[in-house]
Amino acid sequence: MTDEKKSCLRGSGLTKIFGLGQKKTVAVDHVDFNFYAGEIISIVGESGSGKTTLAKMLLGLISTTEGEIYFEGKLRDISTQKKKREYWKGIQAIFQDPYSSYNIFNKIDTVLLDCIKMRGGGRLPHAKKIEMISEACSFVNLKFEELTNKYPFELSGGQMQRLMIARIFLLKPKVLLADEPTSMIDACSRATILDMLMALRKETGMTLIFITHDIGLAYFVSDSVYIMEHGKLIESGTADEVILHPKKAYTKRLINDVPKIHEEWDLSTVKVSSIWNEA
Amino acid sequence: MAKVMLEVKDLTTKYITRFRENVYAVDHVSLKVEEGKSLGIAGESGCGKSTLALSLMGYYFPPLHYTSGDIIIDGTNISTMKPDEIRKKILGQEIAYIPQAAMNALNPTRKIINLIEDVIQAHDPKAKKKEIYDLAVERFEVLGLPAEVLQKYPVELSGGMKQRTVIAISVILSPKILIADEPSSALDVTSQKMVIKMLLDLMEHGFIKSMIFITHELPLLYNVTDDIMVMYAGQIVEKGTAAQTVFDPLHPYAKGLMGSIIVPERGLRDVKLTAIPGVPPNLKNPPHGCRFAERCRYVVPECKVHPIEMLHIADNRHYRCIFSEEYLRKAYQND
Repeated sequence: MTDEKKSCLRGSGLTKIFGLGQKKTVAVDHVDFNFYAGEIISIVGESGSGKTTLAKMLLGLISTTEGEIYFEGKLRDISTQKKKREYWKGIQAIFQDPYSSYNIFNKIDTVLLDCIKMRGGGRLPHAKKIEMISEACSFVNLKFEELTNKYPFELSGGQMQRLMIARIFLLKPKVLLADEPTSMIDACSRATILDMLMALRKETGMTLIFITHDIGLAYFVSDSVYIMEHGKLIESGTADEVILHPKKAYTKRLINDVPKIHEEWDLSTVKVSSIWNEA
Repeated sequence: MAKVMLEVKDLTTKYITRFRENVYAVDHVSLKVEEGKSLGIAGESGCGKSTLALSLMGYYFPPLHYTSGDIIIDGTNISTMKPDEIRKKILGQEIAYIPQAAMNALNPTRKIINLIEDVIQAHDPKAKKKEIYDLAVERFEVLGLPAEVLQKYPVELSGGMKQRTVIAISVILSPKILIADEPSSALDVTSQKMVIKMLLDLMEHGFIKSMIFITHELPLLYNVTDDIMVMYAGQIVEKGTAAQTVFDPLHPYAKGLMGSIIVPERGLRDVKLTAIPGVPPNLKNPPHGCRFAERCRYVVPECKVHPIEMLHIADNRHYRCIFSEEYLRKAYQND
């Protein structure tokens, strides 16, 4: 490890097994990785490849079956609720479905005030807190005056997704894990969300981890790309290496199957023979 | 000149909300699809793409209501027909529709072959089961779907397989036009490719005569359809061939959409993504002038005065903007 590249998140032999005996499913299978601080990383895989399970393990939302996670060089300890909260100051997430990301009983004010509290600003004067919240909202083109005293269900999907980013703005975590942040919105709003995430990263210098099935997005934003297949990280490298010169057949197929506009989209490679081979 | 399969003239349809407000989600839309051709419709969520698809079938469920305009399928005007007549004679036979989550439409308690029998017998009650089975096997074989699928229940099939089965069932009566509304957006890239291949095969074998394909994914449209129409706030704002709309868009909104394309290709990382600021107008009360004016970076006061007419600059090339072709091209070049 060199001086300029500080390890931020490192996993060794990370494994998650669901179920027992015959019904055992290995969702994540002995995965090793090392994410450096300040990098933009993408983990790409199809549905069922285990990428969301990996994300949940990184966040400490589910336990690991085997293996260790090191956060900033130290073995992470989330054995108690208090330590977990401490860990979450450093790592935060944005999920695919903004509708299910909020506690429906909490007003927007509570959601945002909690973020300030989590950063240790619980004793600040109220006016100062409101000022901070307004700043965060205007960062994502929302007006706090319009949101105050509202419940999450009163917001549109786009507003909720932007509010998630406003939360991150207040929390300023060291690592942001974005699990399919753009898969439920159309291409045009995708650019808006990406712009905001990039602006936020510029401001805080945080490490960004994208979990996505959108190879175009992964190539566009990230410094390094990891390809995941059946719970294993099969290929990794810089974005140019992996996307333009893929080595594994799986990666090649994945890239080949995305419709393109300047290169030909080869439909002749589609093989359909048995119903079982695509399950 | 090729035969026109579907012609729509000034079609307007509206939603009536429970507060008795009219929302014109499809506003004076005209289009034409010729035999053997496919038309793509692009636009962001809420622009009226899916409403247009529903309206084209001539079969309206409240709160969607027909207002004015003609829908002519192969010479027959269906906009004056009664709902019952449309259901019996048009749907399935003349025009088929694949909704967004089509794979959830399969009845889980029935085998695929039973579902096919239902479709055929709804239009021809005298059809024999044996004949239907033979037709289904033949059709599935041509489309590269294994015949064993016919004896399966929907839960036994994977997502991509289900989607392709639904498509095969919906075109079993060889309709003249197929309307596919985001048929592949819930699938991963590999299954998506299979679905697209199948749609193109359907055209090639003549099982469908023409196709309308709706999606917000422009790279996909570019690869699938001959022509692309861009829709904004219920109106068509640009129309041209696939290459024209993607590489040489004229309307500022279309230009913005093309600027948000992300595909894993060499040179992508040097591209600057353009996000269109703001949100689409509320269609309950649309602006009187250009509907895109609020979000347009080339806006001038005249934009907001009168409704903007569609400009025809060549055969099959239209756009809806007050600026000339030259002015717009120059403006885009200077950016």
